[in-house]
Amino acid sequence: MNASLEQMKKNRAFLCLECGKCTAVCPISKVNLAYSPRRMLAAGLFYGAEDLVSDQLLWSCLTCQLCSQRCPVDVRFSEYMRDVRVYAYSRGSWGNPSHGGAMHHIMEMAASPKLKQNRTEWISDDLKVRQRGEVVYFVGCLPYYQELFGKDFDFSPLSIAVDTVKILNHIGIEPVVLENERCCGHDLYWLGQVERFAQIAKLNLDEIRRSGAEKVITACPECAVALKTLYPEVAGDNGLEVKHISEVVLENRHRMKLGDRPAEVTYQDPCRLGRYLEIYEQPRQTLASVPGVSLREMPHNRRGATCCGTTNWMNCDAGCKRIQHARLEEARATGAETLVTACPKCQIHFRCAECGGESQQVGIKIADYVNVIASALEA
Amino acid sequence: MATRTRPAKKKSAKKKFIPNIVVFACNWCSYAGADNAGVNRIQHSPHFRVIRTMCSGRVTPAFVLKALKLGADAVLVSGCHFGDCHYIFGNYKAVEQFEKTKGLVKTLGLDLKRIRLEWVSAAEGGRWANLINEFVQQITELGPSPLNPKPTYE
Repeated sequence: MNASLEQMKKNRAFLCLECGKCTAVCPISKVNLAYSPRRMLAAGLFYGAEDLVSDQLLWSCLTCQLCSQRCPVDVRFSEYMRDVRVYAYSRGSWGNPSHGGAMHHIMEMAASPKLKQNRTEWISDDLKVRQRGEVVYFVGCLPYYQELFGKDFDFSPLSIAVDTVKILNHIGIEPVVLENERCCGHDLYWLGQVERFAQIAKLNLDEIRRSGAEKVITACPECAVALKTLYPEVAGDNGLEVKHISEVVLENRHRMKLGDRPAEVTYQDPCRLGRYLEIYEQPRQTLASVPGVSLREMPHNRRGATCCGTTNWMNCDAGCKRIQHARLEEARATGAETLVTACPKCQIHFRCAECGGESQQVGIKIADYVNVIASALEA
Repeated sequence: MATRTRPAKKKSAKKKFIPNIVVFACNWCSYAGADNAGVNRIQHSPHFRVIRTMCSGRVTPAFVLKALKLGADAVLVSGCHFGDCHYIFGNYKAVEQFEKTKGLVKTLGLDLKRIRLEWVSAAEGGRWANLINEFVQQITELGPSPLNPKPTYE
């Protein structure tokens, strides 16, 4: 790998002590003994990334950054993996995409400027949205999830979008919903498709600018990461203020009227919202502030939270299912009746783990953060 | 086929669009049906490419989306008639998958006429030829897909 020296310096890979803490905490290493972040990093340092290019395990990394939390010298292993993937993708290597790669095809199509999507049908008359305004609600891939997973997993991803607009309307914000918003491209970035990602970033930023907005609110942690940190990386500073819905809810909590909703819940930290954006307390505080809701913590929480088992729709296997089952068991052991997550993808993965035979089901309800907040709203 | 490689005629004011259609045909009925049309020398439009799958139930949304992504103007998924499936219920699966595909293609903003699910048995060479002719005609009128980087013209 020719360009690796600079990247390795950037990712602090040379500082690796080979202590193996990364492998000890890695959720994938727990279920797949062949996978070891330490070994992959060492192999990259000693022999260059050439060996990794043809290695299927390259695409197994969840980029959940749990290893970086534990690393004593702050090696950015997830970023290192991403840089190797850029090289591997340019050499024609690709992982084993889940759902046949349907989501990847949609993301790749999003890079085409000619695409005119039909994605705002979910906006009903009682939701107040605008064509132009100061605040954009970035919906993300929810309309696609609705078609692809809604029926199989018996839930409505679009209800997250509807409920987000309901919450925003409740606190007096009429958001702009972009007619032709594209997939944020987050997954393509982490899978090494740099050029397509840059193209998507440009198209989305143009679309946001046309709406005249300076603030973007999203209910998806991946969109938040992409808009907040990745777009400036490829498209320069855009002057946008990007917020996750939980931050907005916390800021406006005093203006919201929430009714009594007795429920025992536990909260799953999505990797992107937690370790990437350091948003741990906002969702917890706002959930606990709903009258009647009692929040219980799982042993692995906040910085040490376990990931939902699959990212970037890549290399999902029996091991990933085991990660999901272990996490659901952990949630049930808290005595909570509902596992609340703030990421639509976490919900899809957990529901997928729950849709096996009855013997495999953990039997805990799964809900999105905005669904819980919106269900307690009172006019 | 010859017209595809011949240089464009300068005389014609408006060049005619030639669609590029990807067909997923099941091994047991539709692929044999297409073969039947050939064996019986039934003239039909050549503007499609057949990809053989073992069963139409194997054709997930990803297959169709990939074809569209790579610039196909339309996609036809073809399998056995209900009750004829070699794997008993494969074509019912195909219907399930195709419903998802339709939803995704609609959300992508592409015309739903660009994708089609049809049943052709191994004996229906004539039906295959008619189906292809009609579909090619329909897509020619519809014009190239917005995702097709290089549409073909006569």
